[in-house]
Amino acid sequence: MRLRAAVLALLAASAWAAPGDARRSGFEDMGPATQAMQRDDAMNPAMLWAAEGEQLWARAPSASARSCAGCHGEPSSLRGVAARYPAWDEVLARPVDLSTRIDLCRQRHQGQPAWTAEHEELLALETLVGLQSRGLPIAPRPDPRLAPHVARGEALFRQRMGQLALSCAQCHEEHAGGKLAGSPIPQGHATGYPIYRLEWQGLGSLWRRVRGCMTGVRAEPFAAGSIEFTELELYLAARATGMPVETPAVRP
Amino acid sequence: MAARTLIQFPATARRGEAIQVRVTIAHGMESGFRPGMDGKPIPRDILRRFTCRYNGETVFGAELSPAIAANPFLSFHLVADQSGTLEFEWQGDRGFAQVERRPLQVA
Repeated sequence: MRLRAAVLALLAASAWAAPGDARRSGFEDMGPATQAMQRDDAMNPAMLWAAEGEQLWARAPSASARSCAGCHGEPSSLRGVAARYPAWDEVLARPVDLSTRIDLCRQRHQGQPAWTAEHEELLALETLVGLQSRGLPIAPRPDPRLAPHVARGEALFRQRMGQLALSCAQCHEEHAGGKLAGSPIPQGHATGYPIYRLEWQGLGSLWRRVRGCMTGVRAEPFAAGSIEFTELELYLAARATGMPVETPAVRP
Repeated sequence: MAARTLIQFPATARRGEAIQVRVTIAHGMESGFRPGMDGKPIPRDILRRFTCRYNGETVFGAELSPAIAANPFLSFHLVADQSGTLEFEWQGDRGFAQVERRPLQVA
């Protein structure tokens, strides 16, 4: 029994370093100072947003609406949710990502207007929800309705785009581990979003990160919450399946 | 609305023990050197001074400058000699002032 427990613990500790798994989180390519910043919650500035998220979670947005806690209870009741998004939305009959899901919940059940993309309060709630799944393996649900969207997401990942005619795959697969303008090119696994990015001096979503890549290759960025962007997110989640959630990560 | 802060130190300490205190505050630290969308410089808006008082006595202070990044993090040590209150104060441009208080138990 003890041996079995030890083996299980070892497996859990080396979730992304399994033999034959060449996937690397961007965390491993960071300097020790930035890694320490992510490891320690007292140093990770993203925890400022998580703390704001906790306040928003408990506060009703209007006198007639319930707070998040009014329906969901403790934030920990959403453990594992961030690890399986994007997921299918029955009403819209399409996949939605986690920030869209939170915003839809707010519109449908709290009667509030939609937030704009990258709204600070939306980021705070998404950070809080993501934090509940920290350490869990990314585990998209095997929903057959999602399959064609995952396939389209992969096509987008391999599609050359913009004036520079570069695909995601050309940098993040063929040249991962190399350098672009002196910075390491990561494999692009979206394990820690929303992230605190030192370059941004703030917290941002995966959409903001992808927008930066897309304008970098002189392409027109996908709109936040659009079906194209959600499909790309679905493929990224499928590609990172089994890697641990790091939310809220710190990146240079 | 008060700025968000993260304040971390051991809740209890032995008498005479040096404890580490770590504080972060949400603040943009706008340097005053960056141009805005209209090409004009964005006015400077930074924190100028941080003070930590232990039962009213100043035990740590720092002057902050425009070169310091957003959401400044500070870490320092103090010797815990009696139970009481730690008071953290940030002062900055545009009349920014915020005080946070936390209890410290010394056994």
